[in-house]
Amino acid sequence: MTEDIRALSAQYAADPSSLVFLRLAEALRQRRQLDAALKIALQGLSRYPHLPEAHDLYARILTDKHDYANAFDEWDTVLRLSPDHLGAHKGIGFLYYRAGEPDHALYHLRLAAELDPGDAGLRAAVERVAGGEEIWEAPMPEAPPEREEEARAVTVAVGDPFAGLEGAEERLLLVDQDGFRLGGGLLSGEGVDVSEAAGAMLAGTAREASRAARMLELGEWGHLIVEAAGVGVCLLRPTADTSLLSTMDAGLPAGQLSFFAERAAKAARAWLERVR
Amino acid sequence: MTASYGAMLDSLTRLRGIRGAMVVSVEDGLVVAESLMAGLKGPTLAALSATLASRVTELTGSSGYGQPRFLHLQGTDGALLVAPGSSDLLLVAVAGKDVPLGLLRLEMLRMAERLT
Repeated sequence: MTEDIRALSAQYAADPSSLVFLRLAEALRQRRQLDAALKIALQGLSRYPHLPEAHDLYARILTDKHDYANAFDEWDTVLRLSPDHLGAHKGIGFLYYRAGEPDHALYHLRLAAELDPGDAGLRAAVERVAGGEEIWEAPMPEAPPEREEEARAVTVAVGDPFAGLEGAEERLLLVDQDGFRLGGGLLSGEGVDVSEAAGAMLAGTAREASRAARMLELGEWGHLIVEAAGVGVCLLRPTADTSLLSTMDAGLPAGQLSFFAERAAKAARAWLERVR
Repeated sequence: MTASYGAMLDSLTRLRGIRGAMVVSVEDGLVVAESLMAGLKGPTLAALSATLASRVTELTGSSGYGQPRFLHLQGTDGALLVAPGSSDLLLVAVAGKDVPLGLLRLEMLRMAERLT
């Protein structure tokens, strides 16, 4: 639940040296007010340069701004300050996965899962990367040899598939077949970042659409359009192993929504070709 | 109640290009009433529609968009259309290739309100 930004801003203004900057910047990040979140996080970091939570927060904001290289460095700093930091292991695991380094990704995500065994989503992520539940029976491996500069370079190179497109960070979401976010972002009607929650459902929904089209002999499915309260949603598959979700305000013609989605799918295919 | 669904479904399948329509229980994916052309398997259509609707509901719920009111799965050879009713029922239709769907959508949305 996003905290009340107005109340947090008042607390921060009353005492700028307090740790409330962490909650304020996180609330702003979740509302996608990324520039404001960045400003508050940097102010906090200037006061608390050795606080792991401040670096972790800064890394999350940088990731949302697609500045993966600096996010990597920030999480690396967190792990030097606090080797068992849950958020840093999750974040750096995500960046390694995104960079096509599954061994490194698995190492960090599994460490995170051991730090927070109640996080079902994280456990599912580990199993997806590992390719099955058997991972929990295997002993925890040694850390793979770090190739920090290489990983950092890869995370920079891949960029975002929807860079330059309207709604790139609020209305377009690309995930792989396991539901991992590859690019874009999604905001709810209330302006809350729902990318991770939606991504976890998106790949499965696209698979179900594909199965229905095949079994009902509808041919190859092109798109699935969903009308919901206040929003139109279009799902399609840019490639066989990725799924894309795009949204537009309700009331706009379905043709416009599918056109918008097709244009994003084209950008995603071009990006995937470059990355792969 | 099933008889009134029959009349509703018949009026849908009279529209050009509609291969079949049915009312489905979303909870168990079973057929409540159907009006299908030969070749469409009712139990399969019911199960697939219910599963897809459930998945989509999870997706829109987790995204903060609330309940879906209409689904349109478009394939190269036809389309599946689903209109959830206010209760645990779905109104489902299968259309052939190149069928104009505007009128069908409006009819389905109107009829779905009467599913109880």
